[in-house]
Amino acid sequence: MTAREILLALPVLAALACLPLLGPPDYFMHLAITALLIALACTGWALMGRFGLVSFGHGAFLGIAAYSMALLWNLAGLTPWIGLPLGVALAALAAALLGWPAFRLRVVGHYFALVTLAAGEIVRILVTATRSVTGGSLGMTPNQAPPGEALAAMQLGKAGFWWLALLAWAGGLLAWRLLDRSMTSKALAAVAEDEDAAASIGIRVAREKLKVTLLSAAFAGLAGGLMAQYRMYLNPETLAGLGISLQIVFGALAGGMYSLIGPTIGALFTIGLDETLRVAFGTQFIGAAPLIYGLLLVLFVLFLPRGIAGLLERRPRRAPAAARAAPAEAAAVPAADPPRA
Amino acid sequence: MDPFLLEALVNGVLLGGVFALPVLGLNLVFGVVDVIWLCYAELVMVGMYAVWFLYTQAGWPLPLAFAACLPFVAALGVLLHVLVVRPLLRAPPINQVLATGGVLFVLQGVATLVFSTDFRSLGVEMPPMEVGEVFVSGTKLAAFLAALAGAAALWAFLKFTYVGTAIRAIARDREVMPLMGVDPRRIYLITSAVGGTLAGFAACLLVVQLDVHPFVGLSFGPITFMICVMGGLGNMLGGFLAAFLMGLIVSVGGFWWNTEMSYVVAFVFFIAVMFLRPQGLFAR
Repeated sequence: MTAREILLALPVLAALACLPLLGPPDYFMHLAITALLIALACTGWALMGRFGLVSFGHGAFLGIAAYSMALLWNLAGLTPWIGLPLGVALAALAAALLGWPAFRLRVVGHYFALVTLAAGEIVRILVTATRSVTGGSLGMTPNQAPPGEALAAMQLGKAGFWWLALLAWAGGLLAWRLLDRSMTSKALAAVAEDEDAAASIGIRVAREKLKVTLLSAAFAGLAGGLMAQYRMYLNPETLAGLGISLQIVFGALAGGMYSLIGPTIGALFTIGLDETLRVAFGTQFIGAAPLIYGLLLVLFVLFLPRGIAGLLERRPRRAPAAARAAPAEAAAVPAADPPRA
Repeated sequence: MDPFLLEALVNGVLLGGVFALPVLGLNLVFGVVDVIWLCYAELVMVGMYAVWFLYTQAGWPLPLAFAACLPFVAALGVLLHVLVVRPLLRAPPINQVLATGGVLFVLQGVATLVFSTDFRSLGVEMPPMEVGEVFVSGTKLAAFLAALAGAAALWAFLKFTYVGTAIRAIARDREVMPLMGVDPRRIYLITSAVGGTLAGFAACLLVVQLDVHPFVGLSFGPITFMICVMGGLGNMLGGFLAAFLMGLIVSVGGFWWNTEMSYVVAFVFFIAVMFLRPQGLFAR
């Protein structure tokens, strides 16, 4: 973190922190808070995603942190101020339990993605199955704090949550920046290029991967817990499973997962898209929203693989697409003699 | 033996037969083109709607609706390959998976727009049969036998036809086969068509057992991917056997606990297999 970056970042954060003082409409504040929390989840995902560690199960970490926090509050009366860090720690623990064997045993690429997908589904189904405690697919509501104790129970107004979300989001960006400057980031970049070569020069592949995975899961968990606490409602479909996991991946990809601000741009984009579609179509054409959503996802991957932030780059410094292309590109080799059918 | 346990075992085998077809199709595409069709279950869903529409709305006889479903979904598979997969053959795997994930949303959206989110039922049911102490659903048994026949047909196609041999060869060695005069572009196209046909076939078998709705794919999609990987990528026989193993786990797990927990057990089992035998359960 150079002094120049701090000088640049602080005024921006201060300006953003002043937002509630302008008295914006509630609807706008709601969107802003939601976007910031999704941005945090996307940033957390991209922390590992940009090194080729593709997770399709980040919903699991959102869910673990959010449900631990809410259950501790409802059943034991533990304030979310303690429950949320505990939940985040549990999410990181889950990531370690999943990540350590996966990395030690070299589960990579498609296989890693599918293992995380299974993990996300497991959390979703477990929450649904334990419906006597969690409310199952009907969802659950954290108990209202007694009057006068709302602050102690982290049940804040829009402004309070905006500041909380801003702090968490800035924490995510700070972690990204610090990681960028660490040896871990260099090591992971090497691992992403060639795992064997990286191991041969003394990089402890599994340990480096685990570090970034823990960090990623922790920020996803933080985002999940704050989302639940802000909405005062938890649902296994929106906090675990394939749906939300893919949404996080799309946000990171649309914004651009290789730049610091990319996932945030992506989150703003997806929230803006969701709202526009909702306002434009309402409930009249349900189905139009996922249709356009999916279409954009395909178009982004086809024509803008580095995301919106990729447009802002002067020139791509590294081209992971070209570097990591499988040697299988036989399609480019003209065949001398097509086979008989 | 407890007749209920026996019934769970029989149902597990029948369920395995249902899983087997999409697993074979996915495995074929995965093994040959090396791209995961994340929207595979949604292709099956579209096929189910096609059969439902032709049979209940357009008044076609059921066999004719089935027959129309296969080329329809095969064409969708080809379209998917040409429009989405082919331009991404050189892209990193995550981009390929995400693009087909986008297609998943598109298909769900289209289905919702056209057919709404209502559950649609074909309303065809065959009488249950009593074998010894066990009741077996006639519909499930018929679907199971059809799945076996489909798998056998696929095996014969891959084993005894020239194109089938070329497909297996490409899956084995992608770099050398083009030098031997096999045009991978063509083989990929044919494989996508065959993968689509299998999705269509699976749709015919599923539509008589399940109600169709736009999100029905999510109920069997994830487990299909897992079975596919568990059996070993590109290993058709392994995928086929793993389908029955998963069917048994889900069915017997449902007998001991409940259906939801049985899926948890199945997914945990999948993760364990990935850790212990990442090359697949039945790798040689």
